[in-house]
Amino acid sequence: MLRACLRGANATARKNYRRIPLTSLQQCRHYTAGESSASKVVVAGLLTVSGGIGGTVLYAKWDHKFRAAVEKNVPYSDWLLGLALGPAAQDPGLPIKKRVELAQPPSMIEKQAKKSAKKEGAEGPVKDSSPAPSQPAQSLEEASAEATHIISAIGEVPSVPAPCDTEAAAVKECNECHEHKEATAVHPAPTEPMKERPVEEVAARLAQQEQEEQDISASVSASLEDSLASSAKATLQAIGAQEAALQAIMQHTDKLKEAMEAEVLPEEKSNQWKDLEAALADRTTALNDARAALSKANESLDSLRSVIDESKGLKISSVRPLVLAAEENLHNMVVDLDKMVMKVQSAESEAKIVSQYSELVNEAKRQFQREVSSLTPEIQANWKGLTGKLSTDDLNALIAHAHRRIDQLNRELAEQKIREKIHIDAALEQQKLEDQKALDNAVNTALQHVKEDARLDQERKLAELREVMEAEMRTQLRRQAAAHTDHVQDVLKVQEHELKAEAEQVLSSKMLEQETRYRQLTQEQLDNFTLDMNTAYARLKGVEEAIDSHVVAEDEARKAHQLWLSVEALSYSLKTAEADVPTVPLENAAQAVRDSCRDNDFALALASALPEKSLQRGVYSEASLRARFNSLRSLARRVALIDESRNSLYQYFLSYLQAALLFEKSQEAPPSQLSSEDLDPFKLLSYASYCLEHGDLELAAKLVNQLRGEARRVVEDWLIEARLTLETRQVVNLLSAYANAVGLGTTQAP
Amino acid sequence: MADEHARKWDRCLADTAVKTVTGLGVGIVFSLIVFKRRAWPLSFGSGLGLGMGYSNCQHDFRSPYLIHGRMVKVSAQCNFHCLSEVCDTRSHHAA
Repeated sequence: MLRACLRGANATARKNYRRIPLTSLQQCRHYTAGESSASKVVVAGLLTVSGGIGGTVLYAKWDHKFRAAVEKNVPYSDWLLGLALGPAAQDPGLPIKKRVELAQPPSMIEKQAKKSAKKEGAEGPVKDSSPAPSQPAQSLEEASAEATHIISAIGEVPSVPAPCDTEAAAVKECNECHEHKEATAVHPAPTEPMKERPVEEVAARLAQQEQEEQDISASVSASLEDSLASSAKATLQAIGAQEAALQAIMQHTDKLKEAMEAEVLPEEKSNQWKDLEAALADRTTALNDARAALSKANESLDSLRSVIDESKGLKISSVRPLVLAAEENLHNMVVDLDKMVMKVQSAESEAKIVSQYSELVNEAKRQFQREVSSLTPEIQANWKGLTGKLSTDDLNALIAHAHRRIDQLNRELAEQKIREKIHIDAALEQQKLEDQKALDNAVNTALQHVKEDARLDQERKLAELREVMEAEMRTQLRRQAAAHTDHVQDVLKVQEHELKAEAEQVLSSKMLEQETRYRQLTQEQLDNFTLDMNTAYARLKGVEEAIDSHVVAEDEARKAHQLWLSVEALSYSLKTAEADVPTVPLENAAQAVRDSCRDNDFALALASALPEKSLQRGVYSEASLRARFNSLRSLARRVALIDESRNSLYQYFLSYLQAALLFEKSQEAPPSQLSSEDLDPFKLLSYASYCLEHGDLELAAKLVNQLRGEARRVVEDWLIEARLTLETRQVVNLLSAYANAVGLGTTQAP
Repeated sequence: MADEHARKWDRCLADTAVKTVTGLGVGIVFSLIVFKRRAWPLSFGSGLGLGMGYSNCQHDFRSPYLIHGRMVKVSAQCNFHCLSEVCDTRSHHAA
């Protein structure tokens, strides 16, 4: 009963061209069950939704990634979440990255600074050495520049070039090692303002300095010689003068002694006194001369000393031996002069004593004379010649005077003897003092002389040592120079090798180039010739081919024409179908087509694509199919309700009932797209009729193909026939189209 | 195929008629002989005949849609894959 009720409901529903799914029935049940549950449902739904949203918000607050995902995927959720939770927190991972990036640039900057510093340091020595002329030593310079660059890069070389006051020494060294430019290059290299002097400049400077030195030494030696000569002359003069003075003094002293002691005649005495006076005069003049000469000599010696000091101040080594010799000479002269002076002084002192003695004697004589004259005033001085004139009184007075004088003299002698010691002591003291003084003087002079000697010795030794050291240094330098020359030789050899290799490489590459060019040119020529030959040949070929193709084209045209004719015959034979009789079997026509397209695969394939049945039996025409369809339609309508699953006899009864009661349009235009409701058999059949009436067999077949179940079985054979017809017609159409195309293609346009 | 439908109907009706009449006859016989001329064996027999005819008719109409399964016995080697198809003889959906 329930089932019947359901079926009735189905049927009524189908009246409205709907297929109601079974679930709608369940909905009916719900509607009929109770309406109070609706509010419960609504409330439950609202609760669920709000619970879901709240849970999402809480979880988003806790998990930021989830929040981001939600904001990305759900629109307007970011607004809602922002409202509920506030703006999203920043990703903590980002600052770390930024810091890392920031940390990197400083190190990079440092590296760059270092690199630039290195570059500057490299540029400095390179720049310095670049102005140097290209010499064999240049590679050396570069090597040294590299070394210096490394040194400067590692640390600053605080080397300042030697100051100018020691330039002479440095220049002297440079003079001997001007090939070792490294030594000089190292010093000025790190400090850029101090440029390294080029070779010529250095050589020029050195030559200049040498010249100057030579000039100076020449001038110094000349001056020294002059002064030496002059001082020697003066000293000799002085010595001569001193000697003369000495001689004069000695002479004078001797003469004086003689005069004192000798008992000669008065005339001779007066001669003696005259000679003495002459000698005295000589002595004085000689002494004066000697003093003058001494002073001159001293002057000249002083000038010599000053010149020596000056030349010492110049500090040029070549002058030194001269200076030394001059000093020695000076010293000798000074020593001789001193000796002479001492001799003269001793002679003078002796002379002084002798003169003192002579004075004393003269004094005594005068005294005696005075006494005698006082006694005998009339007696004259020369009393020895007056012996006859004197009286006895006078003689007695004289003898008494003489006795008195003898007594006096004896007394004086006794006194003198007593006072002898004291006088001797005093004299000794005096003598000691004088001796001391003389000793001091002598000691001083001797000390000075010794000092001078020692100094001269030292200077000599120093000079010798210097020479020895010079010689040693020269040998060392020579050795260094030898080593340097060896090194330079090695480097030159290496360079030679390198340059040779380079030159050879360049040569070989150039040769290769030339060869390749030559080959290229020949190849080009060949190619051109070949090209010309090819073009000529190709043209010939073209002409031949054109002729051949003409022939071929004509042949093709003939064949195409034949094909077209056969296809036309085939399509004509299709039209021979009559009311309910199929066409003639298409076998012959198809055979004709096949014959006419032996070598044409496409046409052959098409020709063999004709269905077998059409060949054997022929196909039905469209009109017959249309007519048959009308009868089939009613049958299909009748079994419309029968499908694969429901096919009991009761179904059949219902289906018949439906067909009787249901009215549809006999023809309805099918839509461009079928929807599910169009798959109703009745609709399909009306669409199909419409199509058939309008001559669209294909669409009608397609629509009919949509039938299912028993209706489908019923129209199956019609469908097969329709298919066959369609297939055959399609093939024939294709063939004719193809034949037309081929025919058009082969037609020679005038 | 369209004719098949008509032919089926012809067969069906003929068969049903024959069976009904035959049933009726058998009923008559039984009613007369066994059941003391009651009416019920007549209706029973005719009903039986009608039912049989109906059933046959239905079967005939369903026959294109019946799926015939078969049991395929495999060799002892392939014990894992038992290629047994479920035999779905009839699909009793409605009726």
